[in-house]
Amino acid sequence: MATIHIDGKTYQVKEGRNLLETCLSLGLDLPYFCWHPALGSVGACRQCAVKTFRDEQDTKGRLVMSCMEPVKDQLRLSISDKEAAAFREQVIGWLMTNHPHDCAVCDEGGSCHLQDMTVMTGHSYRNYHFSKRTHKNQYLGPFLNHEMNRCIQCYRCVRFYKDFAGGKDMDVFAAHNHVYFGRHRDGILESEFSGNLAEVCPTGVFTDKTLKQHYTRKWDMTYAPSVCQGCGLGCNIIAGERYGSLRQITTRYNGAVNGYFLCDRGRYGYEFVNSSRRIKQAAVRALTGTDIGTAEVLQYVKDKLASGKVIGIGSPRASLESNFALQQLVGRPHFHLGMSDTEHDLTTLALKILRQGHVRTPSMQEAATADAVVILGEDLLNTAPMMALSVRQAVNRQPAQEAMNTTHVANWQDAAVREAMQDKHGPCFILNVQPTRLDELATVAYQTAPETIARIGFALARALGAPLAGINDLTDQEQQLVTQMAAALMNAARPLVIAGYGSACEGVLRAASNICEALHQHAKPSMLVLTTPECNSMGLEMLGGLRLDSAVDAVMNGEADTVIILENDLYRRLDKHAADNFFRRCKEVILIDHLYNATAEKATVLLPAGTFAESDGTMVNNEGRAQRFLQVYAPATTAIQESWRWLLQLGRVTNCERLRNMEFFDDVIHALTQQVRCFAGIEKLTPPADFRIAGQKIPREPHRYSGRTAMLANISVSEPKPPVDGDTPLSFTMEGYRGEPPSSVIPFFWWPGWNSVQSINKFQVEIGGSLHDGDPGKRLIEPGGNGQLTFFTDVPDHFVACAGHLQLVPLYHIYGSEELSVHTPGIAERMPAPYIMLSPEDARRYQVAEQHQLQVAVDGHPYTFMVKVNPALQRGMAGIPAGLPGTGIVNMPQMAKV
Amino acid sequence: MEAPLTSNIKPGVSLDIKTYEATGGYQGLRKAMQMTPQEVTALVKESNLRGRGGAGFSTGMKWSFVPMNVEGPKYLICNADEMEPGTFKDRWLLEGNPHQLIEGMIISAYAIQATTSFVFLRWAYKQAAQEIRKAIAEAYAAGYLGNNILGRGFHLEMHLHTGVGRYMCGEETALLNSLEGKRAVPRAKPPFPQISGLFGKPTIVNNVETLSYIPHIVNKGIAWFQSLSRTGDGGTKIYGVSGRVNKPGAWELPMGVTMRELLEEYAGGMQHGYSFRGALPGGASTDFLTSAHLDVPMDFTSVAAAGSRLGTGTMVVLDDHTCPVGFVHNLEHFFAQESCGFCTPCREGLPWTEKILYALERGEGTEEDLEQLDLHTRLLGPGNTFCALAPGAMEPLQSALKYFREDFEQHVHEKKCPYGNYTH
Repeated sequence: MATIHIDGKTYQVKEGRNLLETCLSLGLDLPYFCWHPALGSVGACRQCAVKTFRDEQDTKGRLVMSCMEPVKDQLRLSISDKEAAAFREQVIGWLMTNHPHDCAVCDEGGSCHLQDMTVMTGHSYRNYHFSKRTHKNQYLGPFLNHEMNRCIQCYRCVRFYKDFAGGKDMDVFAAHNHVYFGRHRDGILESEFSGNLAEVCPTGVFTDKTLKQHYTRKWDMTYAPSVCQGCGLGCNIIAGERYGSLRQITTRYNGAVNGYFLCDRGRYGYEFVNSSRRIKQAAVRALTGTDIGTAEVLQYVKDKLASGKVIGIGSPRASLESNFALQQLVGRPHFHLGMSDTEHDLTTLALKILRQGHVRTPSMQEAATADAVVILGEDLLNTAPMMALSVRQAVNRQPAQEAMNTTHVANWQDAAVREAMQDKHGPCFILNVQPTRLDELATVAYQTAPETIARIGFALARALGAPLAGINDLTDQEQQLVTQMAAALMNAARPLVIAGYGSACEGVLRAASNICEALHQHAKPSMLVLTTPECNSMGLEMLGGLRLDSAVDAVMNGEADTVIILENDLYRRLDKHAADNFFRRCKEVILIDHLYNATAEKATVLLPAGTFAESDGTMVNNEGRAQRFLQVYAPATTAIQESWRWLLQLGRVTNCERLRNMEFFDDVIHALTQQVRCFAGIEKLTPPADFRIAGQKIPREPHRYSGRTAMLANISVSEPKPPVDGDTPLSFTMEGYRGEPPSSVIPFFWWPGWNSVQSINKFQVEIGGSLHDGDPGKRLIEPGGNGQLTFFTDVPDHFVACAGHLQLVPLYHIYGSEELSVHTPGIAERMPAPYIMLSPEDARRYQVAEQHQLQVAVDGHPYTFMVKVNPALQRGMAGIPAGLPGTGIVNMPQMAKV
Repeated sequence: MEAPLTSNIKPGVSLDIKTYEATGGYQGLRKAMQMTPQEVTALVKESNLRGRGGAGFSTGMKWSFVPMNVEGPKYLICNADEMEPGTFKDRWLLEGNPHQLIEGMIISAYAIQATTSFVFLRWAYKQAAQEIRKAIAEAYAAGYLGNNILGRGFHLEMHLHTGVGRYMCGEETALLNSLEGKRAVPRAKPPFPQISGLFGKPTIVNNVETLSYIPHIVNKGIAWFQSLSRTGDGGTKIYGVSGRVNKPGAWELPMGVTMRELLEEYAGGMQHGYSFRGALPGGASTDFLTSAHLDVPMDFTSVAAAGSRLGTGTMVVLDDHTCPVGFVHNLEHFFAQESCGFCTPCREGLPWTEKILYALERGEGTEEDLEQLDLHTRLLGPGNTFCALAPGAMEPLQSALKYFREDFEQHVHEKKCPYGNYTH
């Protein structure tokens, strides 16, 4: 700790940090642009100038940029010094010489860091009376709008896009006051993290294009803290609504999870909520055409449940509460998890490894601190994109440390550290069936069959001392790779191994576990990340239930004839022909879901469910971290309600003992924690519904929310009573407690004078650290240490190509593999068309080339795809895009006949 | 009067290696190679050779910051990106005696144990490029470059790199970025290039004139070097004069000649009908001095004491028929255009001053504009901007506002340029 003096007051602060973040951490206001807590300092904008003084006698002082100056003991500085303040005001004056002053028509207006900083410096009169320079804007794809005239040249965009996220197709061009930030020509920004530019940009150069389609000011939206539904990582998001439609997703800072950023699937994949395919009314297929209400539908379901042999199929994209309610309704012996069998088995294994192993699974922020990385069978940018961003930071760890040692500068001296690092990366090994876009970071990137990846992993564990049988049939290259990886992991202080569902191969997970357990025996604090396919796969697995094939068996052999399906499209869990067969045998299919999909097509009863934006719920991410998402808004029609609420209603009409006395969200959580012990503690993820601060609820709407007396005037001229939220401590209004709420229920980040996302500064213990009273979420799985898990010994057999057949393996796409996000037009635009990817040898053998059609048969059923050829693919294997609409093949790996 | 740097240079001729050797060339190198690198550095430090690129920092001191016992490459770079308006001294050395520079670079590289060296040459110096390329080839052929130089086990590669014509590249860290293929924007210091320079490795960047002096200092010693000067700053200096004088040109003279000597004895005085109003003593980015300062010795310390900088030592003269506002406008146009665009005050402030000066010239300026100019000269001062470009750009402006205030005010009050610029 150091003692510093700011404007005559004395503070105890951390040494080694810069003055800007120190001042902000102390809660002081100091304007800035080019500095970003995750990107460090470069000293470009000159906005954060302060005066420092040699000693008490020094009255003149020296103007310095606070972002570039380290804290030193007994340092004296002044923010309020007249010269410093005048300089900061003039910096805004300079920036404004070319800024168009178009706030009124700018999407950033009202949540603009430039506006905030302008007000903060006091700049209010423009002395510049000459002409402004203008730029042409670019088309950057479906996600971002580009308006270069607003640019204040802070360089944050390129520093995030290129330096931090590794993007290649954006840069700064030209010089002096013509500098231009964009692509070399119009075109879609390639990076999976491009959407962060809208938050990184301090003004309106890069703005959210999907928001623009249904634009609303920040102060006019209704918000709730939420959790991304896009993959198993569970990034924290804030969702905003107006007029009954979801308008925007922004990052909800969580110091332990996603930090300041989101991937583009997470940010833009929300538009399914507004889809025209939403199920909006409860309906009974047999009664189509008759005018029936919810009560009649419930009556119909009650009869069918009473007469039928009922099973339930849950869902990894539904909340714990909904899955639990279904499990209670149908009874544990009749509850099926609703994952594909492959994913079920992989998740079961992942949970076993995490629960029984000795190795900690890190949060994304912890993963970013690794100094050696081995990725087995995972194409992270497509299966768990934000983890790829962590890996990107992790591979910088070793060279950055070296750079700091030789140059004696702090880690926040971004340009200096990068210069000294050059292009060096720490050890990183990526083994996958095909090349990944992360391979550029890899010390070695190696492509082979999942089984071989597993075998290499077993060999690596053995090389690290695991008591395993030798694997003798590795090639020389593979053997060398094993040696190289073993050395890198042993040299590392915090080695990280990543595997998961991407390989669709349990052997790969076992190998990953073995590697970490071997490192653990050397007392290495190693970390193991196992990705999970969907937002609540891990939670569902922890809840427990039967495999999907047992549901299919039950229906096929007549043990069941009535199935309640919770937020699940079985055509994504079973191959098309298998799903068709299943539904043919069902007497009643009761579907609780929000989008009209292939399963809805087969349903006999539809119950309209709320999406994440219209529901409260809990999910568990791949790390075992339980996280709560809260309802953003009450759906326009009361016919739509949370899945768990439907299930409670079904419980009531069927007099289900297990669901008795449950009415509100807190009741479900209470019952869940009572019945399933591993969920103990999740009741504290957010305060209960009766939580009040100063007797008040926490408002979902900003205090400047406008139009509430007029927005429904077309329906009634008197302002209707706002919906009541009996499930959470949040209100659906702008009234309520205006101070800082507990971190888990912050609906939006706003602070007096800080209207932009940068107001996060005011909610953190220290800049870049945890939110006040801790980052939301609770880890439910910690390394057992009870020694239950030993080394896995079942090494998978070598993959052997089989004449006339292709082993189908899943290939993942950030845009396309996830079910709900593809309903955003921009994401649909970036989806590939279904294809089959072959090795060049197989393409020759089957006499096909790129763009040709190839027919394969699965279980005797034909599927036709367009051919792609990839030289990295193993002979005898074929890649099929996982989850992509129109593909039809779900169960992979499996053999297909050509 | 000795002129070690230029006495062997003949107009229109570039000294080839034979001629250079015949004049004692590469003897300094031979001598240096008998010394340890540390001894060479100590010698140069003791000589008090001050950098001739403009900043006047002690060359030996600069070298002494290079870590000597580290793994990996080190670099020596000659800054030959001479783009300061009014400055043409390095060109003389580059075109006339390239081996002198190369020898200086080899000795300097030896002193810091660099294994790779670059001549970063201004794009427009086509003739110099040709001569340097030829001279480097000759030096390789003669065994002065490459492996095992003079059988002493020292290895040095040398490359010529021609820039693309950005003033910014004269700033040593921007030069390094440019040489790496990056944008020519400056770097924050620390870390200094001596620790983390080209490609993040220890690097020394020295000016052409500075490096050209090294062989002579090694050869003839410190006492000789200091005896050349009239002041505490040792050696000779190449001075230049441009503007409406009778004989504009460049001369190698003892450090510390006065402005008056330069102007009257060497440049032949003002042209008929013109009188002296002031001069930028060290190139475009230095403060005006006036007739009151004509007896100031032209060395680093004295010119600084008079309120300006010796800079490159090449004086630009303002006469009584030239509008000082127009003069400064022309300079600010240059500086605004050459701003790299990295930091706000320079990127936005310089075009603003340029526009105000243009408005004044067109008779559209106001009193408030003059206040803005004053404000800018204060706010674009050293430390407020990322590098020295904008503070340098403010030097002629602030001193013009000080010494020629009445001209600025006349522009405002008469709503036109009294010298007839921009009148139709």
